[in-house]
This record gives sequence, structure tokens and C-alpha cells, in this order.
Amino acid sequence: MDPSLKIVIVDESPVRAAILADGLREAGFTQVARIEETANLLANIYAVDPDVILIDLENPSRDVLEQMFQVSRAVRRPIAMFVDQSDSASIQASVDAGVSAYIVDGLKKERIKPILDLCISRFHAFARLQAELEKTKTALEERKVIERAKGILMRLRQISEEDAYALLRRTAMNENRKIAEIAQSVVTAADLLK
Amino acid sequence: MSAALDNRRLRIGFIPLCDAAALIVAADRGFAAGEGLDVELVREVSWSNVRDKLNIGMFDAAHLLAPVAIASSLGLGHVKVPLVAPSALAINGNAITVSPALHAELVAAADGDIGAPLTSARALARVIAARKRSGEEPLTFGMTFPFSSHNYALRFWMAAGGVAPDEDVRLVVLPPPYMVESLANHQVDAFCVGAPWSSVAVDQGIGFFLHSVSEIFARVTEKVLAVRAAWAERNADVLARLVRAIRRAAVFVEDQANRDEVADLLAAPHRLGVAHDVIRRTLDGKLKVAPDGRVRESGRYLLIGRNGAARPYPAQAAWLYAQMVRFGQAPLSPDLGAAAQAVFRPDLFDAALAEKPPDLRGEPEDGIGAFAGPAFDADDIAGYLKMCAASGKR
Repeated sequence: MDPSLKIVIVDESPVRAAILADGLREAGFTQVARIEETANLLANIYAVDPDVILIDLENPSRDVLEQMFQVSRAVRRPIAMFVDQSDSASIQASVDAGVSAYIVDGLKKERIKPILDLCISRFHAFARLQAELEKTKTALEERKVIERAKGILMRLRQISEEDAYALLRRTAMNENRKIAEIAQSVVTAADLLK
Repeated sequence: MSAALDNRRLRIGFIPLCDAAALIVAADRGFAAGEGLDVELVREVSWSNVRDKLNIGMFDAAHLLAPVAIASSLGLGHVKVPLVAPSALAINGNAITVSPALHAELVAAADGDIGAPLTSARALARVIAARKRSGEEPLTFGMTFPFSSHNYALRFWMAAGGVAPDEDVRLVVLPPPYMVESLANHQVDAFCVGAPWSSVAVDQGIGFFLHSVSEIFARVTEKVLAVRAAWAERNADVLARLVRAIRRAAVFVEDQANRDEVADLLAAPHRLGVAHDVIRRTLDGKLKVAPDGRVRESGRYLLIGRNGAARPYPAQAAWLYAQMVRFGQAPLSPDLGAAAQAVFRPDLFDAALAEKPPDLRGEPEDGIGAFAGPAFDADDIAGYLKMCAASGKR
């Protein structure tokens, strides 16, 4: 698409950086580099001399990039934040997604827009992936707690596994809570009574 | 009365620093709730994030570097979004900390006690000259943001000693949580940062506390409560309630009897997440200055609610704008100067509180009280800058 543009990704999450880099390469941007080391960030960026810098908003080093707007001896090429006064929707969308873009001053907006759009969609994709992972982890943990609670009930009340589960479910329905919550209470109570 | 209030929900961004004390105490100790406000504090990792989220409306209000509120309103370095500051959150509170090696060099080069900023600044000029002669790399100083009083304090201090900040040293932006590590790794030789980070460096034995910024300027507005100007107009009543809640919290913070409770609130993991004792020492202005445990007491280290610290004085905004001009961040123009002053809104503060004007006896006559250079005159910024140029390097 625009293979001449040099793009740097500053992201402490290797997975998200990889997702973004893959997306950019698929879209035809061949010069994509990732900077992991946030110490000496500016020196590392100048070594690559990029046209576009993408940084995640969870990164405290974002403030370091702000220095590149300043006209001082330390700056080789003036950098601007990719913001378009007339297009607050795109700023909102990128902040919402958790990413920010900095570009070499003077670079045409049309050349950057597809990169930012791709960033936004990949960051959202990563967030969905993470939410999915979180859900799976929670489900797994809940199952473990329910198993433990069933075991405790079976032992203390001398009932079958099915009856233990039915008891948990009935109690949850009566109290309008989740089975996992009831199970957690059983486990906590059993720990206290040990 | 409280039944008439609509229990308005507000999202407010902050950076984990001791000077967010009034805001945190307002939210976490019921002062905001007492005004019918349901405040959700959102901890952020960078000033850029705070600024951008405030600008695009993801935050209703923010704990913000005073110069950033001005820069945003003037459109310096970034998108122009007019902000207003109906209350200041803190005066002073920063400190300059140097590595043990630089500390030793300064002591050796000084012709007196480097506890005096003019002596230390002149010693710095000599250290720099000697390093140049022997072909060493320039010294690197860390600060937290281009538009920050940290940046101006370092530059002002250096310039007074005859150092040209843009030519003789490297000034680099570093996020506060990385400062201590960077000093330990020799990536920087010194830094200027807000509490508690200087104390953390001294506690770890890797830094010497050189100056509290209050030794450089007696009175500089550090952080403000910032809101979008348009939002302030549409939400005048809610804003007045927020200003009141924060004012009551600031009074609470300044009462010695409450300091332990305040330090506990700030120390919480979702607030500052640093040790109670470090916060308590900061609030009390009792600062460990050397790894051997020496302590320096300063009644002006960090002012949250006392000495009129909460009232946003336009002359303070004018002074910050003058520093932006002096150090090449903004052009000099009477219009910009007036626009900068208009960011600080004592009228909103006074209307919300109906308090007597603060007693400013003992405060500097020019409002700033710098250790060197001409007295500040908000009505003649050009003249002030001319005298600065004559008395020190830019």
C-alpha cells in the first residue's frame, strides 16, 4: 500500500504489538519495527528514524514522545501528534481503543488515516481477545470452586454429587445469586470452620 | 438541601502524586458525596492521556499540570481546547535530586554551601565547563513534561548560574515512576519531580536531595483542577459543588490532626500505592535529604490548602506563560498573555465558596518570590523577560 513509510510500534504487550505488526504488513507496510526498551526511548526511536510512531495509551512513556514536539537540540525531525482538529471522531476512536499515533510533521493526512484505522481495529481485536481469555479463565476458576464446594457438601452431608450440585443450584436460585458465588461461600465457610 | 441535588456522576482523571491530595480526599472521604457528587477517580499513567481524555470529554475534570491547562487553551504543541481552572490543587511540591557523583562534583566546585540555589547553580556551571574541557558527555536532567513547572524550575535555576539549558545540558522527559530507576542506572544525572519520587530516591541511597523547588520559587502553581471551558459554562452549578468539595478536602488535608488519615487514603493501592510514611513526610515537609538520613524541614515544600494555595491567581498563569516564552515554547504576544491569565478563574472559585480572600501576609510581593532575577510583573511580561535576558542565560 505504502511500503515507503517507516512505522515504529511502542507497546509493552508483545502479543498486541505482534497483532498490530502483522496487520500492517498484510496491508502492505513492509517497514514495521517494534521498540520494547522504554529506557532511552528517544534514542531508540531516532535510530530507526520513523515516519509514524504508534504507542499504546497504557504506556507511561507517551509523555516522552511529547518532547518531540518541542523545538530543541535533541530533536532531529519534528514530530506531531496525529490529530486533525476537524475530525474529533478519529481522536475519540483512537483514545477509546487505547492507541495514539505520532507522525513526522508535514506527512499527508491521507497517508496516515489507513494506518490509524488499522491500529484502532487491531487494538479492539486485542481487547476482545483479552476479554475472551479473561472469561475463559473466570469460567475455569468458577468450575474449580464449584467442584470443591460439591466435595465439601458430599463429605459433610453424606449426599451424592448430583444432590450436592442440585443443592448449590437451588440455593443460588433462592438467593438470586450465581452458583459460583454460593460455592465460594461454602468453600470460605469450610475453610473458616477447619 | 441534599434532596434537591441530582447526585451527579463525574469522571475525574488524576496522576498518582501527593499533590492530588485534595481531589483524592474529596472523593474518598465524603466531601464530594456531601455536595451530591458521585466522583469516579481514574488513575492515569501519563499527562498526555489526562490531557487528551479531558479534551475529548472522556473526563469531566482532571488533576492537571498548570502549564498544560494553559498550553491546551493557547493551542501550544497540541490541539487547541480552551480549559479553565476554577481551583488550584497545589503550590510547589517538586524537588531537584542529583546522583551521588554529581552531588560530590557540585560540592567540590562550589564556593559556599550548595544549599543556596545561586551557589549550586554557579557550581553547576563550573562542573559543566570542566566536563566540556575534558570532552565528557553533557549532563542529563530528567523532568516530567515539556509544559511543566519542573521544566521551568530546572531551566530557571540553571540560567541563573550561567548555564544555557538548551545547549549545555540534556533535558529529557521521563515518566515519574521511571525517574528513580533512571538515576540508579546513570541514564540521568539529576531530575526534578513531584513527591514522593525524590524521597524514594533518597531512601534507596541513590540520590541527594538538592533543592525543594520552593527554594527556587516561593510560590508557583503546580497543579490545577481543569475542566473544558464549554463544560464549565454548561455545568456551572455542578462545578461550584466540585470546587466546594475540593476546598473542604484541602482544609481537611492541612489540619495536622488529619494527616495520618490523609496519608492512609493516599497510600491506597488504587490511589498512589506508595508507603504511608513517605506521603506523611511529604505533607509535613520533612524531607530526608541524604542517604545518611539527614532531614530538612520546609514549611513551603507542598501547599495544598494553606497560604491561599487553592485560589487560582491569574498572575500565576501569566508567570507560567512568561516562562513558556522565555524558554522558546510560545511566542510573546499581549493576546496570548491575556488568554493565559483567563485560564485561571478566581471568580468561579470565589463564587463557589463565598470565603474571605486568603491572608497573603508573608507571601512574596510579586506573587512568585524567585531566588534570582527580576521581580515578576504580570502587566509587563515583555519588560520582565528583557530583564531576565540581561541577568542570566536564556
